[in-house]
Amino acid sequence: MLDPITGERRVIAPGHTFKSITEKLAGIVLTSHTPLGWWGGFMIAGGGVALLTVAVTWLFLKGVGIWAITIPVAWGFAIINFVWWIGIGHAGTLISAILLLFKQSWRNSINRFAEAMTIFAVVCAAMFPVIHTGRPWLGYWLFPLPFTMNVWPQFRSPLLWDVFAVSTYAIISVVFWYMGMIPDLATLRDNAKSKFGQFFYGMISLGWRGSVRHWVRYETASLLLAGLSTPLVLSVHSVISFDFAVALLPGWHTTIFPPYFVAGAVYSGFAMVITLAVPIRKFYHLEDIVTIRHLDNMGKVMLVTGLIVAYGYFMEAFMSWYSASHWEYFMIWNRMFGPMGWAYWTLITCNIALPQLMWIRKFRSNVLLMFIMSFIVNTGMWFERFVIIVISLTRDYLPSSWGTYNPTRWDYATFIGTLGLFTFLFFLFIRLLPMIPMSELRILLPQARIHPKDELLPEAGD
Amino acid sequence: MKVQEGTYGLLAEFETPSDLVRAAQSAYDSGYRRMDCYTPYPIEEAAAAIGFHRDNVSLICLIGGLLGLVAMFGLETWISVWAYPINSAGRPFYSWPAFVVPAYEWTILYSGLSAFFGMLAANGLPQVYHPLFNAPNFRGGATSDKFFLCLESTDPKFDVTESRAFLEGCKPASIVEVEY
Repeated sequence: MLDPITGERRVIAPGHTFKSITEKLAGIVLTSHTPLGWWGGFMIAGGGVALLTVAVTWLFLKGVGIWAITIPVAWGFAIINFVWWIGIGHAGTLISAILLLFKQSWRNSINRFAEAMTIFAVVCAAMFPVIHTGRPWLGYWLFPLPFTMNVWPQFRSPLLWDVFAVSTYAIISVVFWYMGMIPDLATLRDNAKSKFGQFFYGMISLGWRGSVRHWVRYETASLLLAGLSTPLVLSVHSVISFDFAVALLPGWHTTIFPPYFVAGAVYSGFAMVITLAVPIRKFYHLEDIVTIRHLDNMGKVMLVTGLIVAYGYFMEAFMSWYSASHWEYFMIWNRMFGPMGWAYWTLITCNIALPQLMWIRKFRSNVLLMFIMSFIVNTGMWFERFVIIVISLTRDYLPSSWGTYNPTRWDYATFIGTLGLFTFLFFLFIRLLPMIPMSELRILLPQARIHPKDELLPEAGD
Repeated sequence: MKVQEGTYGLLAEFETPSDLVRAAQSAYDSGYRRMDCYTPYPIEEAAAAIGFHRDNVSLICLIGGLLGLVAMFGLETWISVWAYPINSAGRPFYSWPAFVVPAYEWTILYSGLSAFFGMLAANGLPQVYHPLFNAPNFRGGATSDKFFLCLESTDPKFDVTESRAFLEGCKPASIVEVEY
């Protein structure tokens, strides 16, 4: 649907009122009828959670030896999945914070579930380093706490910076997400029919009543949190890239890592938003709220970040030649034509070659093609981390210490299990909480415009 | 604690945001100060109309952020120099560049939490009971599609009859007297 004034696709289909938005979006949560499709998806995701529970229980009983990690590849799937998941989370913060600061109001429709995606992705991500430590019950030693027998953390290591970056990111994301939901929870409280619903939403909406004084402070706090989340999200993946870049291993030791990790994170995150948005808008008939305009814009963001990532790959290859370092040169050769070269070419195909189709406007506005593209990009991004971690580690300086890496069934089970956990949490979220911010959508309606004078002359362009 | 009784205020309901802003402006112009608007989404014009321009959430956030910065940098210095000095590849104990990253994260953590909890505290939330929830049309309206102006009885200019007459001049959809 094109807007007659701007010639762009509309953000929200015409015909909505304040009331219709409340009814439509609150109805998804407050209905007593849970759709059968929801139950089906929930059960499948629950199976994934069961698999994860089994995999992690077995890991705790037997130790990390059940995984394929060994010397030289001590960072296997666990760290690949950690970086992949946390990268996915980044698009949520980008949508909720950076696009808010840039006043990109089209983001309002998708920002809530993108934020939820961030939190669930961080949950999946944060699990991996902890279970990878081998003694997860001592995980609290990562924090500077006074009951670790006077052994304090070593602050000169990027691995410890990670602890603070990821924990801050998790906390701030939850706060931002919850604060954004408070007015919508109040809407749910006031529309709930069941006693339990009124009590539950009444408690978590904290007694919000929409006073404009409250709104002013709320808006200030939102802007502040957005302003704080922006440097935070850029720092989180930069700090994660320091885990690699500060090490001396060829393939890790490069200064381009921070920006290229951040761009890659946003790239995969937007892909995941599309993966989630397409089935949700179809299933809950939200095509008038999450429109083609959103897919189109997200496609453009993916195209840009994808090209930044492509520049990163190119620079890695270029620097290995330009540095005239034997080790760097061998690293790239091994990456492209070594025993696991197929992983590199999968990554190039999925992350650089195929996404160029998104230059075509018709492609970006085709729901099915964008859905498929989102899977391709996330596969590519997973392989990017595989290439960086595994291929660099298998063959470093000394040929006598070269090795290989063969993931076991427990590696796969844990990874698939976190996919299940993510989906499981997401299903709970769309059933119990407002997945589209009603208060922010109301601002986008033409009725929200204030006419300060009494005269009701039609304005130009109305 | 004293139980408050009597009238909390007069609650006028409007159909459109423009009506609300005009009514709020005329109430402010005729001398009412203790009043508030209730809207389903933020309307800056309404806040400006009742004379609410500045909030102190930014200041709370700044103080929180500085506290986080000092706390983490101090903790890192204390641990690395006094509590548990480790010679790691000959690097100085006081390696301040390495301390910047966690200190930066805690600046953001503390300022974010201060902004959130400061906003709630300044708003007096959580507060699950409020007299306005007694008004039959308030719930389901103020959080959905109606716009309210409440003149509160604590205002020196407030008088049930006169204020009601004043509000009727603003052509609201309804006026409700709200009890404590």
